[in-house]
Amino acid sequence: MSLTLDTAVSPMAAPPAEPGYWRSVFARLRRDPVAMVAGLILLAIVLMAIFAPWLAPQSPYSTSMLHRLQPIGSPGFPLGSDELGRDVLSRLIHGARLSLLIGVMPVINAFVIGSAIGIVAGFVGGRTNTVIMRVIDVFYAFPAVLLAIALAGALGAGLVNSLFSLTVVFIPPIARVAESVTTQVRSVDYIEAARASGARSLTIIRRHVLGNVLGPIFVYATSLISVSMILASGLSFLGLGARPPMPEWGLMLNTMRDAIYVNPWVTVLPGMMIFTVSICFNMLSDGLRSAMDVKL
Amino acid sequence: MSHQARKEDSRNAAPLVTSDPRDRGGRAQPLLRVKGLRKHFVIKRDLLGRPLSRVHAVDGIDFEVRKGETLGIVGESGCGKSTTARLLMHLLQPDGGEVIFDGDPVGTRGGLSLREMRRQMQMVFQNSYASLNPRMTIEESIAFGPQVHGVGRREARQRARRLLDQVGLLPERFAQRYPHELSGGQRQRVNIARALALEPRLLILDEAVSALDKSVEAQVLNLLGDLKQEYGLTYLFISHDLNVVRYVSDRVMVMYLGKVAEVGDSEALYRAPAHPYTRALMSAMPSLEPGRRTQTAPLAGDPPNPIDLPPGCRFCPRCPLAVDLCRGTEPELAALPGGGHLSACHRADEVQSAVSNPQPSVEESV
Amino acid sequence: MSTYFLKRILYVVPITLAVSFFCFSLVHLSPGDPMDAVVSADAPREVVAMVERAYGFDRPLPEQFALWVSRALQGDLGLSAANGRAVTAEVFAALKNTLLLALAASLIGFTLGCTFGLLAGYWQGSLLDRLVTGFAVGGVSVPHYWLGMLLVIVFSVELNWLPSSGAGPGSSNDWAFEWAYLRHLILPAVTLSVIPMGVVTRTVRAMVAEILAHEFVEALRAKGLAEKRVFLHVVKNVAPTALAVMGLQLGYLLGGSILVETVFSWPGTGLLLNNAIFQRDLPILQGTILVLALFFVLLNLIVDLAQARLDPRIQRS
Repeated sequence: MSLTLDTAVSPMAAPPAEPGYWRSVFARLRRDPVAMVAGLILLAIVLMAIFAPWLAPQSPYSTSMLHRLQPIGSPGFPLGSDELGRDVLSRLIHGARLSLLIGVMPVINAFVIGSAIGIVAGFVGGRTNTVIMRVIDVFYAFPAVLLAIALAGALGAGLVNSLFSLTVVFIPPIARVAESVTTQVRSVDYIEAARASGARSLTIIRRHVLGNVLGPIFVYATSLISVSMILASGLSFLGLGARPPMPEWGLMLNTMRDAIYVNPWVTVLPGMMIFTVSICFNMLSDGLRSAMDVKL
Repeated sequence: MSHQARKEDSRNAAPLVTSDPRDRGGRAQPLLRVKGLRKHFVIKRDLLGRPLSRVHAVDGIDFEVRKGETLGIVGESGCGKSTTARLLMHLLQPDGGEVIFDGDPVGTRGGLSLREMRRQMQMVFQNSYASLNPRMTIEESIAFGPQVHGVGRREARQRARRLLDQVGLLPERFAQRYPHELSGGQRQRVNIARALALEPRLLILDEAVSALDKSVEAQVLNLLGDLKQEYGLTYLFISHDLNVVRYVSDRVMVMYLGKVAEVGDSEALYRAPAHPYTRALMSAMPSLEPGRRTQTAPLAGDPPNPIDLPPGCRFCPRCPLAVDLCRGTEPELAALPGGGHLSACHRADEVQSAVSNPQPSVEESV
Repeated sequence: MSTYFLKRILYVVPITLAVSFFCFSLVHLSPGDPMDAVVSADAPREVVAMVERAYGFDRPLPEQFALWVSRALQGDLGLSAANGRAVTAEVFAALKNTLLLALAASLIGFTLGCTFGLLAGYWQGSLLDRLVTGFAVGGVSVPHYWLGMLLVIVFSVELNWLPSSGAGPGSSNDWAFEWAYLRHLILPAVTLSVIPMGVVTRTVRAMVAEILAHEFVEALRAKGLAEKRVFLHVVKNVAPTALAVMGLQLGYLLGGSILVETVFSWPGTGLLLNNAIFQRDLPILQGTILVLALFFVLLNLIVDLAQARLDPRIQRS
């Protein structure tokens, strides 16, 4: 669902919420070979990011004009070197940190903020709901990429700015899904019974709504991570995100692009990493969804 | 205004409700009094959002519930009985009218607050499964209400376990279970326990037994009877099942299209209905006697459209006794001679005396 | 039916206003004096004063907005801060090229996507299905700018079959329907088509599978309906959603082409945006985003109305 943030195509129905439901979902997920492989690869990359300083053979910042653009397999540069003579392997390993960060953080932020907005809108209903959702709709008037670039372009280059822009981009779709699921849950009898016992709205949300609503929103949010990774690296590719000399996969694609005629295959590697992470997240998310889809 | 003489009822003998410390006004004062209750739903709006057409789900009803009695409310789907229940609990905002609980108006300044009202009036819903949060244990669900009103966690749980015992579910076995692990009848017992956890004086049962198998229904009805005796409760029993209503109620109220058609003592209503609609309902009840079969369709005409109401009496299009007066003027809910029995029909006394297809009393039909 | 249509069309007005306001405020979002974005720092005082008056920076914000909107309605989106040319002219010239690219990409993406989706949906669970699904998942996961680079490496650098940049020979900015120019279109269009192809494939496949599983299809077959007829029936049911998705994808292509255009130096709105960002040319940035967003709003409107026409259930809600 890259770059589309389509909430309409797969309508999010509130799943049956018995406890033990999630346990069975994860049991089913464990039996899905594709999802498991994807999960393991992701785990490996995350570990690589965490232990980067110990795994990388060289510093990602040390340049060497003598050894510019070495091909793959050169001595001392197992995956070649970039246009400033830095070891590509080390940069790739260190790059995992930044790239994962700018890919995942916006979705986490948007999950928190978007869920809050959507749940409140869905629970309160009525005119407040309409007003809130209309404001959200305005952001939907922009294609995601355009919005991200517009914001990042206006705010200026930099990591924080691109994190902010991407968070803003992902809040509307998450809010929409949150509102939709909350509206479904809200009209169920046990919520009315809770109101009948005199509980205040906040209490009802906390004890009755959240547990039943956060699950589907979370699953939807996971499907956005791959889009986020591509967009975030894309922003760096345009020079709007991470700035040189930071090791980040998108930025590496940008800076090495001019060398495409001299040392083509080295330039491919960072993109390969983005692709791998993105596809793994997608497969995990798909697996999660189909594990939830089983008729009980 | 409606005026009812008090009547001592021999069947479900009301226990001494005056022993409740919250009681005000003693037995003479009705526990619940409803005046002009009104609720409409907008179904079509114009371009600017202004309402174009409405459904008057509840269109100005008046009734009383006396302390210690069981008032049954019957009617077809769409007559407004469930809406009334929700209006009483203030789960829906009334568009007009008053609700007076034991002399105190509810929801207005100086009267009973909503929160206080909910400590005295509770409801059991029809859908036993949907009424319980699937992610909470039975004990947690029951304890939730008291906790909301300040009862400590441990005490609330103890209360929950006591109540489980009272409704016939062993606390050791059921307290930690989840709703999906219980049968329909067991869940309804839990719902009753949950409603009682707040120690209410009035319990609204909105089709509470309708979804249960007959044998289970009987058990739950018996339980309700026992609880009523024990706690000195007052019941508002809403159902579409006329037999059950007759069995449990002291008085019965018949609703049609958002208004009260008839109110009266249970036996009297069943035996000699004073409204054509009630009469049609009674004759539609399948009889246990092979000799008495329904020869003609009890109700003619199309089911009503609650949006485009005809002027005059709402029941006109289907009423076999309709005359011009009925089509022109809407009848008021008025008392019949003898007191205690009210009907909203211009020709009520004729209907009452023309008992052509009466429902014999329970004893007679066996 | 007409109330829905009317409401939907009227809804465009507040959306357009909101979108315009957002574009307008971009200038004020960016750090620094908005004046710097419009005129260079070492310009003579008279020029600065004149620009200030023309843009109305000395007036309160609502007035500025009104001024900007009224000018925009007349077709005047200001002057580029980098080269002083009229923004409107630049944007529309670039838009032509982007539309061309988007149309080409959608043509490839949609036809292939529908085909693959239909095939996979019909032969669910088969090897073909799994291949197609895998390919589609890859398609939606791939960073398209990277894919572009890959294609350039393979077809331009290694094989030297296709050009790697520009819209035409001599990196001209105009385009004509000749092979010399078409060569330049191939790689960018293919690159851009991959993501919509993936999305359409997945959508169509899911819908076809769902419809085939419906009992009424079994009933139709039991009645002896020819397979071809069943197929037409499936298509009829899938069409509204598929068309909606395709319409949306076309919209995203317009906005998302920036990355691909950057890789291939395709002279479209994306490249224009890219340059504008780096030269801090805010009038061009504003103008481009405004035009693209409005295009997207228009596209959404058409898609919604078309879908309502095809699917009567929507109007009732």
